Amino acid sequence: MTHQVKQFFVQAGELSSFASRFFKEAFTPPFEFKELLRQCYQMGNRSFVLVGVTGFIIGLVLTLQSRPTMIQFGAVSWMPNMVGISIVREIGPVITALICAGRIASGIGAELGSMRVTEQIDAMEVSGTNPFKYLVVTRVMATTLMLPLLVIFGDLIALYGSALVENLKGNVSFQLYFNTVFNALTFGDLIPATIKSFFFGFVIGLVGCFKGYYSKKGTAGVGIAANTAVVMASLLVFVVDFIAVFVSDIFYEL
Amino acid sequence: MNSDLMEKDTSIALAKEKWKSNTDTNRKAVIRIKDVRKSFGDNHVLNGFNMELYEGENLVVMGKSGSGKSVMIKCLVGLIAADSGYIEVMGKEIATLDRQTLDELRSDIGFLFQGSALYDSMTVRENLEFPMRRHREKLGVVSDTTPLVIEALENVGLAHTLDLMPAELSGGMKRRVALARTLILKPKIILYDEPTSGLDPITAKEIIELMRSIQKKYGTSSLIITHDVDCARVISERMILLVDGINYAQGTYSELSASTDAKVEAFFKK
Ligand SMILES: Nc1ncnc2c1ncn2[C@@H]1O[C@H](COP(=O)(O)OP(=O)(O)OP(=O)(O)O)[C@@H](O)[C@H]1O
Ligand SMILES: [Mg+2]
Repeated sequence: MTHQVKQFFVQAGELSSFASRFFKEAFTPPFEFKELLRQCYQMGNRSFVLVGVTGFIIGLVLTLQSRPTMIQFGAVSWMPNMVGISIVREIGPVITALICAGRIASGIGAELGSMRVTEQIDAMEVSGTNPFKYLVVTRVMATTLMLPLLVIFGDLIALYGSALVENLKGNVSFQLYFNTVFNALTFGDLIPATIKSFFFGFVIGLVGCFKGYYSKKGTAGVGIAANTAVVMASLLVFVVDFIAVFVSDIFYEL
Repeated sequence: MNSDLMEKDTSIALAKEKWKSNTDTNRKAVIRIKDVRKSFGDNHVLNGFNMELYEGENLVVMGKSGSGKSVMIKCLVGLIAADSGYIEVMGKEIATLDRQTLDELRSDIGFLFQGSALYDSMTVRENLEFPMRRHREKLGVVSDTTPLVIEALENVGLAHTLDLMPAELSGGMKRRVALARTLILKPKIILYDEPTSGLDPITAKEIIELMRSIQKKYGTSSLIITHDVDCARVISERMILLVDGINYAQGTYSELSASTDAKVEAFFKK
């Protein structure tokens, strides 16, 4: 028990120093723009189908499940508002982040982990390219930039899924549905959600890189790196979410 | 346990004596290691290792698996920081260099990794181009690196693999591509970490031949780490045995293979 508590603080400390190294290296030349673009493309490309499918199902299910209750209360016309706000504010960002924690953090953890154990990171180091800049900085930046885009994409698909149910079951036209949703949404919903998506992306990239970059020797180390990256990234997504809700509560009385 | 420790102490003292008497002050040393120590927790890997690599020579370092050979050459290029001791490469003390000087120095050192360490998300061509990203000035090339890549691949007889991925190569081919990548910056010193390990005897022989022809062609100084006695016999001009974290014995192959010291004999027993 005490060992686990100690381990927790050790990890937290190491992760913070990894993050501070990221900020130090991210803003000093040379910059790896080409690799950054490649990473952005890869992350978007690898996750958008998954995010789309999940978003669609969430929108669909959420609407189907809450319809009967809303009908009971005679509030079925409030469906677009309720579903729209809950997706944009909370469900969209968190679900997308969790999917990406599973997809991207584990991918980065495994990739960097295997580069570490097969000495590819050492080989970069001796050939004059700073591997931290080339591998870590580009990946963390790519997840930070791409996650908000994926969240917006996921939100839209989820709303479409929800609109589809309303359209089929409640004869609400798509136009009416989306009009209602966009009227209900305020900047107080959109801005905090987008800002927290950046942070989700940051922790996902950071944790994936951290676990992979310091992966233990041997193939078992790669598995552990990928696995713990997912667990830690998912946990941190919730922690960030918790903090974000607290902070945005101060700015925009929810 | 106690007597074991004492034996180790006397053997260390003995090796230090031998090392002193063997140091050749007339030749120019490109690498100088003095009294280097390195431990990982309680695991004392290097306990005061001494070594010199002279210009243009082939030096073989032999040692059991886990004796710290890889740790030793990683200390040489600054991949691992030694706990104490002095490491000098081409007149520069590694521990005191800033990042840029270290990178410049590293471009003069070729490092062939034990497991080849090819970047497996890149093609062979991209693998070979990678070291040139930061060292364009040194080569004097501006735009087209293709001729250099092809020349390096021809040196190892693999020009046709240019657009393959490392996963499509056999172990021996990987090792040769890695060698080509090591050579692309025309290093003055090459560090080979077990160049023949994991290869069949015939491929191993080919690699050894390659190493010799490279040595002849470019006049590099080579430090070869191995536990392959045959490789050592063919290629070494001088040998060092790394035992218990120290330079336990050194000499030519014939000198060492004739030794009656139990720990030295153990290396040459078939
Ligand atoms: N990064 C590290 N962290 C902890 N211990 C390490 C590390 N690198 C090496 N060691 C330990 O140092 C010792 C020497 O390892 P090294 O890789 O140098 O052996 P080696 O002589 O190259 O063996 P082999 O012939 O099998 O390659 C081993 O006991 C190993 O466990
Ligand atoms: Mg080794």
